[in-house]
Amino acid sequence: MTEAAAPAPESRPPLRIRWALAFVVFAVFFAVNAWLQPSLLTTRVLTSNLTSFLPLVLVAIGQTYVVLAGDIDLTAGAIIALVNVSVVTLIEQAGGSGGAIALGLAAGIALGILCGLLNGLLVAVLRLQAIVTTFATSIVFGGIALWILPQAGGSVPQAYWRGYAGGLGPVKLTVILFLVALGTAILFSRMRWYRHLLAIGGNRLGAFQSGLAVTRQRVISYVLCGLFAALAALCLVGETASADPLLGPSFTLTSISAVVLGGTALAGGRGGVIGSILGALTLGLINNIVFFAKLPYVTQDLVKGLIILAALAGGILGARR
Amino acid sequence: MRLLRHPLVLAGLAILALLAIGEAVAPGFAGAGQLRSQFVIAAMLGVIAAGQNLVILAGREGIDLSVGAMLGLGALVAGNVMDGDNAMILAGLGAAVAVTGAFGLLNGLGITILRIPPLVMTLGMAGVIQGLLIILTSGRPSGRAAPALTRFIIDPLVAGIPGLVFVWAGLAVLLIWFLRRSRAGLNIYAIGTNQEAARLSGVPVTATRVLVFALSGAFSGITGFLILGYTQSVFIGVGNAYVLPSIIAVVIGGTPLSGGTGGYTGTIAGAILLTLLQSLLNAMAIEPFGRQIIFGLVLIGLMLIYGRQDRLRV
Repeated sequence: MTEAAAPAPESRPPLRIRWALAFVVFAVFFAVNAWLQPSLLTTRVLTSNLTSFLPLVLVAIGQTYVVLAGDIDLTAGAIIALVNVSVVTLIEQAGGSGGAIALGLAAGIALGILCGLLNGLLVAVLRLQAIVTTFATSIVFGGIALWILPQAGGSVPQAYWRGYAGGLGPVKLTVILFLVALGTAILFSRMRWYRHLLAIGGNRLGAFQSGLAVTRQRVISYVLCGLFAALAALCLVGETASADPLLGPSFTLTSISAVVLGGTALAGGRGGVIGSILGALTLGLINNIVFFAKLPYVTQDLVKGLIILAALAGGILGARR
Repeated sequence: MRLLRHPLVLAGLAILALLAIGEAVAPGFAGAGQLRSQFVIAAMLGVIAAGQNLVILAGREGIDLSVGAMLGLGALVAGNVMDGDNAMILAGLGAAVAVTGAFGLLNGLGITILRIPPLVMTLGMAGVIQGLLIILTSGRPSGRAAPALTRFIIDPLVAGIPGLVFVWAGLAVLLIWFLRRSRAGLNIYAIGTNQEAARLSGVPVTATRVLVFALSGAFSGITGFLILGYTQSVFIGVGNAYVLPSIIAVVIGGTPLSGGTGGYTGTIAGAILLTLLQSLLNAMAIEPFGRQIIFGLVLIGLMLIYGRQDRLRV
């Protein structure tokens, strides 16, 4: 890593250790995966893995900002469902042309931001308890998704999923999207508001008393979570080429697992986005490993559950050393 | 006006309002027959919320996301021990409570000794138990309730009230006594208010925290046993629908997620309130998505009335 020259604020050293630990965990699972599935190391398989992990990576990035601020967002999955069905329905109704696709993408992103804004207002401005409130709004968002599209169906024009599966020359679009997301996350983590976010998550009252805009920052973190969930939904549309109002919910708790696996403390204030990205990739690798280990089908969920529990526990224990 | 803001008073008023609206929308909603079945359903939520209540009261971000999986495990164990035999009812209950209590104990040990945050530990445990359930059942319903248990739960026992409601009432009295009068119960409030102060004044902090998670497991097991009796056979995902409602029943009953204050009386009201709200929405002739949206909005409304946290001050 070439960032050694950067002047280190006080919160830096523990941050880097947590990140490194998430990387070690990721590397171990990557090695196991490559051992069980030798073709993993080909560009084709790496790319297809990255494509299928991308939605979770995006949600985990968004969730990290909320968790760093000391909150939690249980709506991420419902936002995915809502954006997913809205975008597909809108593109269909607008005629399926190139313009309709652009309209759908823009509307999906706007919708995600709007949902995040609502969460932020309820939790930060009206001071409601984050867990229960975002659960309640997730019920509302999920209900609206079912209203728009009661069951899986619909389809997007070929241009959408062809475009998503395409790329710039030999580089797949999904790889570019991943790199852009990674770059954005790194860029964000060097901005002042991000350090304020850590301060707020670490000591909300102290941050408030030293004049930080606590409420505004918490709202922003929810908006970011909504935005990244919407982006994940757009990727899922590209991947499945259709809409499913029940697609999202599993992403909520999985994104929280990814954040914790990445070394971010649920209490807020400590951790970072890079760790969460590694955490999301690790969860994807665990799925692969359980599949390629050729375990009897019925035992797969238990083994997966045990590995995830062990990884979560190990990560938390390791971060304390 | 201060009295009106008391969670218990408010939940009581909301229950009366729901009954009035229900009676207006669907005559018979507040009738004896309907109320009986409402209370049976509320009792099951109430029992699982009892464990959640203890965990939340003990503070330190206490929350148990494994109650749903434990419920499924309890139902599976109870159903296989009973297997339709009336003589095995108590054995089924005992086995369910022992197994889920042991998993709850593991949660508590992971949280206290390994210091894994409760949300992470119980979420991970839920995944493990779900996996275990799939192995044990291959995904098919397994085990049968004893017929006498089903009759006890559904049919009127005394004064038109089903046995299950008496069980809930008994558990409630025990739990309220436990929380207000017993040493262990007061210790739960003590560690929920200020763990360090509690430790310095000699409260066995670790043992108390392990106890609440073990009890939460046990209550989930009891709920699984009761639900099995109610529906006679269950599928392994039966508990998933109870996880977040169990937390909501506690919170709208006036125990904040930060712990240390509140109690089971409010949670009883919260469980009844949630159940009535669901069934009122079911009684109204609206599409499922409409019910869902209204349910979410009502929850937000309830939170707005008394779930707010203190303003930050300089």
